[in-house]
Amino acid sequence: MLEKAFFIPFYPLLAFLVIVFFTRWKEKLSSGISIAMVLLGFLHSLAVLIAMLGRDGRPLELAYTFIDHPSIKLELGMWIDGLTAVMLMVVTIVSSCVQIYSLGYMKDDPRWSRYYSYLSLFTFSMLGLVIANNFFMIFIFWELVGLTSYLLIGFWFEKKSASDAGKKAFITTRIGDLGFIVGLMILVAYAGTLNYQEVFAKVTSGAIPANIIALAGVFVFCGAVGKSAQFPLHVWLPDAMEGPTPVSALIHAATMVAAGVYLVARAMTLFAGSASAAMVIAVIGMITSFIAATIALTQNDIKRVLAYSTCSQLGYMIMALGLYGVDLAHDPHTHSVGYYAGTFHLMTHAFFKALLFLGAGSVIHAVHTNDINDMGGLSKKMKITTTTFFIASLSIAGIFPLSGFWSKDEIIAATVHHPFFMTVTLLIAFMTAFYMFRLCFMTFTGEPRDKHRFEHAHESPKSMTGPLIALAFLSVFAGWVGLPWLKHGFSWFVYHGEHQVHHPNYILMVVSTVVALSGIGLAYLVYYKKAISADAIAERFKPLYKLSFNKWYFDEIYDAVIIKPVLGFTRVLWWFDANIIDGAVNGSGWLTVKWSDLKMWFDKYIIDGAVNGLGYICQAGSWALKFIQSGSVQFYALFMLGSAVGFVIYRVTPDGFYYYLAGVVILALARLLSRISRTNRLKTEPDIEG
Amino acid sequence: MLQYLALAAILFAIGVFGVLTRRNAIGILMSLELMFNAVNINLVTFNKYVGGDVLAGQIFSLFVIVIAAAEAVVGLAIVLLLYRNWRGIDVDRINVMKW
Repeated sequence: MLEKAFFIPFYPLLAFLVIVFFTRWKEKLSSGISIAMVLLGFLHSLAVLIAMLGRDGRPLELAYTFIDHPSIKLELGMWIDGLTAVMLMVVTIVSSCVQIYSLGYMKDDPRWSRYYSYLSLFTFSMLGLVIANNFFMIFIFWELVGLTSYLLIGFWFEKKSASDAGKKAFITTRIGDLGFIVGLMILVAYAGTLNYQEVFAKVTSGAIPANIIALAGVFVFCGAVGKSAQFPLHVWLPDAMEGPTPVSALIHAATMVAAGVYLVARAMTLFAGSASAAMVIAVIGMITSFIAATIALTQNDIKRVLAYSTCSQLGYMIMALGLYGVDLAHDPHTHSVGYYAGTFHLMTHAFFKALLFLGAGSVIHAVHTNDINDMGGLSKKMKITTTTFFIASLSIAGIFPLSGFWSKDEIIAATVHHPFFMTVTLLIAFMTAFYMFRLCFMTFTGEPRDKHRFEHAHESPKSMTGPLIALAFLSVFAGWVGLPWLKHGFSWFVYHGEHQVHHPNYILMVVSTVVALSGIGLAYLVYYKKAISADAIAERFKPLYKLSFNKWYFDEIYDAVIIKPVLGFTRVLWWFDANIIDGAVNGSGWLTVKWSDLKMWFDKYIIDGAVNGLGYICQAGSWALKFIQSGSVQFYALFMLGSAVGFVIYRVTPDGFYYYLAGVVILALARLLSRISRTNRLKTEPDIEG
Repeated sequence: MLQYLALAAILFAIGVFGVLTRRNAIGILMSLELMFNAVNINLVTFNKYVGGDVLAGQIFSLFVIVIAAAEAVVGLAIVLLLYRNWRGIDVDRINVMKW
């Protein structure tokens, strides 16, 4: 099964093709095929995971080379190691849950089959992305997930905001992808290959200059910045929440946005080849994490809070990976846990964030609004949703012994050599716990603030609660594979360079638990007990509150700094186009017409004149020559005799021939003249012809 | 030999002159006969002096005489028809076969 792991992406692709070409009109069948195929992929991934566990995460590579040239080598292939195996599991599990959940959530949607075909296509792309063995393939699948993300964000394209959000996501990530492809070009130029292992070998052997490594690293990281919604390209992710909620859970929380983190982890050797590039990554991750956490504090749209939370958590992972790169660049035998922390958090986050989104979807399904100000008290009506949502929130806040606790702990542990990062990380952990529980308390506890909506609220159907329970289970237990006491835990399986064993850090565990609990406690006081007025705090720190509430004015700044000037510039270009370019085009057209008029005149009078003139000359010449045919037999005989005599003379003496000819012509002219005078004379005589 | 050739040349010249200048069609035919005879004398003469034992010249002149007789028949028939149509055989007047 391990050697056949490349089949995994093809199951959903098959589902996509079958739905698109055959079962489009049979909606139930379409969704059935899609779910069956993703479950098949899940089983296969499970087999691969077990096989990989059996070989302690030793990597396996299978590749077919289709371009092999000294300057560029391109392959189609798969690279399976611990990280790939884990990612395959994450993608197939979340995708399965989301597809089953969608059976309830997307009920009665007119574009049901299309929805499932998109989900299958997305799953195919994401699986292809994680299984690829070279940068070329990852880039192809990278763009494919971007495409499906665009299609699914704008799935309800009748809504202007949804189609706008799709475009925004597509264009923003494209900016990052431009950097990505530039980075790949640099790699091709200097390494001549895009295969991960070959590129990494060249990086570590010093075959590529250090500054080039840094440059390539930063450019490749641009791709991750776009896809993982990192500062400064994070603006698309909150808007992407216009898509259906299960899509948000699958693509914009659990898997696709994790692709950037995956890329950073996958290409760690490249980034670690330059301490400065790794530092850029760590700083970007930290800035994103901090900004997104502060924005999440004040948002009122349930999905937007989760979106900013996603941004923040992704920033966490990127920061941990970046710090690992920094440590590795300084000390090749570092004991930094950053790599393990980032990838471990990637996995646990996928489960609990998918759960949070699906829970939010369940709430929205019940009350038909996104605004948490219109919710409250829903725990009475929605027991399962509430329980699972709280489990996920505890997990993301990092409460012992849920999975988020173990991974978040490692991220904090990754910052131990960087005090500033550690401070910020703890601050973010505090804010995370606070805004998650603000969300929980405002949604599920207290008095219903909108009685009408509350009356109509109801628990979601089994197809929706089932995945919630499954994901809740994973949110609790998935992190246990990385328990610090395990000798052969997650860090033994997913590693960079060599197997790593790490040791529990009890001080950090206590600190992080205290931070998380204080965050939850503050939220409890403000939003549950109402001992502290939220409005009063907002009033007290008004500038900060406004900054957070308006998302640090990023959209406004981009609008003023980029969009407006670009639009102005395009208007100038339009003017240029309409007047100068079109003028030139029309002018050249006018010139062409005039020139052809000229040519027509030439044709008519010079060329045709020459042709007709030639014809006329021929006609005139033949008119003159026709008089030789006089009708007189004796004249003919004379002509023959003259010619024969002339020929003889010519053969005997060529010079004499001309004299002869001249004599003949003179005689002929004399004869002609006498003939004319005689004819005139004869006119007077009577005609005797009878 | 020269006297024979001179006779043939003179005869031929007389014949040509007759063909070109006679207005009477009969006269033209007669002049033609003179030219044939000049040619025949030429043939016989050359055969006699340079032809060796072969009698090609003599035989050829016999053929010419026969053909000339046949040609004279055709010519006289044309002349007869001309006379019927034009009431005369003056070739100057018979010039309608032109452009």
